[in-house]
Amino acid sequence: MIDFRIPLGDWVETIVDFVTTYLGGFFAVVRTIFGGMYTGVDWVLATPPFWIIALLVTALAIWARGWRFGIGTVIGLLVIVGVRQWDNAMDTLALTLVAAFIAVVISIPLGIWAAKSPVVSAILRPILDFLQTMPAFVYLIPAVILFRVGVVPGIVATIAFAMAPGVRLTELGIRGVDAEVVEAGHAFGAAPRRILRQIQLPLALPTIMAGVNQVIMLSLSMVVIASMVGAPGLGKDIIQSIQRIDVGLGFEAGLAVVILAILLDRLTATLGSGRRGAFARRRPAAAAGTNPTDPADLASADRASSTPSA
Amino acid sequence: MAGDEGEATGSLRECATRTPAVTGPDRDPRPDLVRHRNPVTEPIVLRVDGLTKIFGRHASEAAARLRRGSPTSELPAGATAAVIDASFEVRAGEIFVVMGLSGSGKSTLIRMLNGLLEPTAGTVTVGGETITGIAPKRLREIRRSRISMVFQHFALLPHWTVLQNVAYGLELQGVPKAERLARAAEVVELVGLAGWGEKLPAELSGGMRQRVGLARALAADTDVLLMDEAFSALDPLIRREMQEQLVELQATLGKTIIFITHDLNEAMFLGDRIAVMRNGRIVQIGTPEDILTDPANDYVAQFVQDVDRARVLTAGGVMEPARAAVADSAGPRAALRVMRDLQTSAVFVTGRDRVLKGVVRDRDAMRLVRAGTGSLGDITSDDYSAVAADTPLAELFVPAVESPLPLAVTDERGRLLGVVPRVTLLAALGNLTQTGELPAVEPPPTVPLAIISEVLESSADATEPQGGRA
Repeated sequence: MIDFRIPLGDWVETIVDFVTTYLGGFFAVVRTIFGGMYTGVDWVLATPPFWIIALLVTALAIWARGWRFGIGTVIGLLVIVGVRQWDNAMDTLALTLVAAFIAVVISIPLGIWAAKSPVVSAILRPILDFLQTMPAFVYLIPAVILFRVGVVPGIVATIAFAMAPGVRLTELGIRGVDAEVVEAGHAFGAAPRRILRQIQLPLALPTIMAGVNQVIMLSLSMVVIASMVGAPGLGKDIIQSIQRIDVGLGFEAGLAVVILAILLDRLTATLGSGRRGAFARRRPAAAAGTNPTDPADLASADRASSTPSA
Repeated sequence: MAGDEGEATGSLRECATRTPAVTGPDRDPRPDLVRHRNPVTEPIVLRVDGLTKIFGRHASEAAARLRRGSPTSELPAGATAAVIDASFEVRAGEIFVVMGLSGSGKSTLIRMLNGLLEPTAGTVTVGGETITGIAPKRLREIRRSRISMVFQHFALLPHWTVLQNVAYGLELQGVPKAERLARAAEVVELVGLAGWGEKLPAELSGGMRQRVGLARALAADTDVLLMDEAFSALDPLIRREMQEQLVELQATLGKTIIFITHDLNEAMFLGDRIAVMRNGRIVQIGTPEDILTDPANDYVAQFVQDVDRARVLTAGGVMEPARAAVADSAGPRAALRVMRDLQTSAVFVTGRDRVLKGVVRDRDAMRLVRAGTGSLGDITSDDYSAVAADTPLAELFVPAVESPLPLAVTDERGRLLGVVPRVTLLAALGNLTQTGELPAVEPPPTVPLAIISEVLESSADATEPQGGRA
């Protein structure tokens, strides 16, 4: 009865075979670059004693949001240290930052391009849907084939999964800039590139930063999955605890992920909104209340979906 | 707007100090009396020829059909005609107002003037250079150097200070930072925002923000200023204030302004000439008085019926030829004869170049004629009221009541241009255009005609100096 079958899987295998055979050199280069970036960031985070990093993070937290958040940060970091997950947490943080950075570097120009061109926007939309909704595990298979086991396939899979909101919110932000202000730029004879730099990007910045925030949160949510292909970090312990049915270890590592997630979310949300200390004092409250795409609000609304699913 | 009546009157007087530039198609029955306002000598700064904009698909096909005379309802599906075949010229120093209700195409029209929208057909020429279809780079240069724009919702860069915003045009022109900030500061002061230069736009009220918008356009120092519903987002009192300030600035800076509005009173107040738009077409171009006294069709007539005529019409626009006037060299006999012929008791006396000297009464003239000696200079009194040609009718009522004579209308050198009898004043307010049948000569004679004739007869022996009528 069911003789009909689309050999889609065979096609994909063929493509991946082809790519591995003929583009192997390219992937080797990518592997070296991504791996190098990870090693570098990880070295910076994991080499110094924990209290130096903790101190720096706390200082950043206080500068960004004030004393209350600073105290919360100290407690959170001490919990991570206390459950002996500090080194894993730094590995995870390094992986998240590298993946998020690359995703942002790719997604913001794509978003700008999509905002300028309806055609690009129409082409990108289904691709982004695909990237974001395809079960993340699926990326691991070609990633492992192309980049071998280790941290790099984890980073690549993370980038693919986390990129979409960066593109979408950049496009949304630039499209949302008051058309009359952009028109004013044209009317006074500014070139399009200059309008982008002086008007569109600054005015879209809160929305773009909300996108960056989302990219970081989605990256973090991939850590466990990335560990399945050998990426180090908290995910490794979580997988181990599943295999051993070790509730205690699983909870400790999971909690560390949650603490990292909250820290990163609050920090990036605040940095994006431009509401941190120095700025908040210079500008009256009226200015803050009028922004409909306040990234802090967006971020908290989306938190349910972006909190790590580990 | 009842609250600011007094101020409005004051501003209209100020508005008399500027030099209105041009008349529309000359429909005035007394061109020699009106022309003085509008010497058509300024160069043409902006010329629009057959400008058409059609949005949607099949635009060029639709434009071709419109050219062949199809009504807009028969355009291909999906094509919307926003502006159809607009043509006009704007001269240097003129405030040209484009007036129409929303959807009439006025915003589309103004955006084609600086190339923000590409016309479907027709051309725009700015300062002698056609900007339609030129390279984007050259178009940007023209926008930087020739045309600036003020927007309805201000369109300020919210993350820049007032000063930076005002300097924006200069920055694009490549003016060094220190110089452009200094020039911006001057313009900021000019528009009355001194001390606000370091604020962000969000900290300013609506009226102040639009002052920044105006300052930004002025700082760019272009000849032409496009103003797109610039004051429509402001509340009425602020709007009136801004209108007055714009007129003042225009008088001192001599910019050419194309002003878009849906507010007829604003159009009448600001415009040297007004183009009325409806459904994408310009239905009439003319001075405010033309539009008011001689509407091109029922639509315009309906539109202007609520306008306060007393504020738009001017003494120069409604005045009659001064028939009851004699040259001072003419002598008392000639003056008396004019009075008899016109059946009035007073005549204006003019000197060289028709400069108004004063007024002569019939009794005084009769006395002189009887005595047979003396010249008009001896009996000329200054018991009359003279007004400038661009005084609005609203300001004529008080002098008209106080003086029994018609109001004399004079130019800035005191020359008699015409007169406004009370009857004419009332007729103009009531929109009666033909006053010829009305007994427009005032004041009525105080001495019976027969006696005047007798006096003239009895002294008829002397040879008359040259004719009395001026």
